[in-house]
Amino acid sequence: MIADTWWMTQRRLRVFVRQPWYLVFTLIQPVIWLFLFGNLFKRVVDLPGFGSMSYLTYIVPGVVVMSAMASNMWAGMGTMEEIERGTLNRFLVTPVRRGAIMNANVIEQAVSTTVQSLIIVLLAWASGARFPGGPAGVVVLIVMAVLLGTVFSAMSNAVGMLVRQRETIIGLNTLLLLPLTFVSTTFMNEDLMPHWMRALTDYNPVNWAVVAAREALAERPDRGDVWLPAVGLLLLAVLMVWLSTRTFRTYQKAV
Amino acid sequence: MTSVAAAVEANGLVKTYPKGVRALDGLSIAVRPGEVFALLGPNGAGKSTTIKILTTLTRPDAGTVTVAGHDALAHPERVRRVIGVVAQRSGADPAATGRENLMLHGRLYGLPSRQLRKRVAALLDRFALTEVARRPVSTYSGGTQRRLDVAIGLMNRPHVLFLDEPTAGLDPQARTAMWAEIGRLAADEELAIVLTTHHLEEADRLARRVSIVDKGRIVVTGSPDQLKAELRGDAVHIELRDEPSDGLAARALEAVDGVREITVAGRRLSARADDGAAAVPHALAALERAGVPAATVTVARPSLDDVYLRYAGRRFDEEVTA
Repeated sequence: MIADTWWMTQRRLRVFVRQPWYLVFTLIQPVIWLFLFGNLFKRVVDLPGFGSMSYLTYIVPGVVVMSAMASNMWAGMGTMEEIERGTLNRFLVTPVRRGAIMNANVIEQAVSTTVQSLIIVLLAWASGARFPGGPAGVVVLIVMAVLLGTVFSAMSNAVGMLVRQRETIIGLNTLLLLPLTFVSTTFMNEDLMPHWMRALTDYNPVNWAVVAAREALAERPDRGDVWLPAVGLLLLAVLMVWLSTRTFRTYQKAV
Repeated sequence: MTSVAAAVEANGLVKTYPKGVRALDGLSIAVRPGEVFALLGPNGAGKSTTIKILTTLTRPDAGTVTVAGHDALAHPERVRRVIGVVAQRSGADPAATGRENLMLHGRLYGLPSRQLRKRVAALLDRFALTEVARRPVSTYSGGTQRRLDVAIGLMNRPHVLFLDEPTAGLDPQARTAMWAEIGRLAADEELAIVLTTHHLEEADRLARRVSIVDKGRIVVTGSPDQLKAELRGDAVHIELRDEPSDGLAARALEAVDGVREITVAGRRLSARADDGAAAVPHALAALERAGVPAATVTVARPSLDDVYLRYAGRRFDEEVTA
């Protein structure tokens, strides 16, 4: 199983390494959010109740997490392409362990999310954002981004295998991306949100990731505020991977 | 119990897809070791579904499947070790090179590195791929890609090789080359080849035995020669100048001595005659008298097309173009 997972992952990472422009492409959005949005709303922090940090520093965890969601929610497109091209079936007629195919998806996604997140963090740092939580805080941020990415890539894969329609994935992603981002503390302090919106953020996994990461990047993190949402996110990721594995089995029955 | 002598034995396969489409309706086949066996039929007859079941991609609703002595339903993992598959859709990774595709495939069978490199080099050489081995597959021509697909299918030295529409989408030149390649593979006594095709010529040329599939069942099985020999006499195909009114042309032909098995499809008439050449003038005269003059007429020795017509009750290409 481990060997199979390694070979399948290697295949996917090769694509990632050979197309570095793709990485640049996925960085355009976060850069826009960080620097355009960050500058446009720079003075938001002057609102009473926002705290004292710079707005750029404030939005970094949110932008990292949001970018992880945005790039992973397209995973289903790749899966669909593999199905249509016959690549998936080509693997399924070999003795390769079925789990290895799923593992490779998750690992490749984790690696690319890590690289993407690190670059965003470095860009932000170079522009003056500061992370008192230090390297440990950055590690937590990246783990949160990877977990949230797992949730969305697993979901996207499940949808892709189930409906096999690009339009459905496009529609679903457009529907989810902005509401999930804005019904969270990504760009706005919780205390300044309308009451009903604040209530909703508790159920938004994007917010769990943002809250845990922001707390971990703060000067003296409250461990409870990091762990609780992190565990919630981990459970959700496990559930989603399980669901997408189930869908994979259903796909196998319906080829 | 299934005899170990069979390369593939499938009995009573039934498969219904969601939405109630019955793809297979009690299909049974037996493939002998080392032979080239063709499933011949139009699109939608159930060939691809059969291949998917035999290659463990999907399971039938009913029936039994044995491949190279292994029960494909109880132990699909054993079957996967001893089969090779060249699917209709290539499945090769276009971003990776030909060599990388082969290497990965070999890894999935657990071949150790040194042995694998040797095997890959041998396959690249055998399929004239060495020159393009380090180029991404996306730059390959259709024929080259197909050769890579076959090389991939042979990676694990399979006992049974499945070729699903191996020449679909190839230009005539690449098709001829592919036929030659399959011919060479067939020379291997150990390797049974199961191919599907909707090209009569392909089945006729490559297969030792052919099963004609229609609507999820096998309608007839035999060697191409046997099947053709069962049809007595020549095939006479007549194309009329205008579409005849119901039964008019058929009645006219029935009156001609030595002409039988008349079928009409639009302007096309097909019939069988003991001596085609002798029957033609009489047939033409009869049609002329009936007021449905012929535009063209051909007389041919029986072909698999005629076999198909006889057993499936309609012409082959009607289905394909429909």
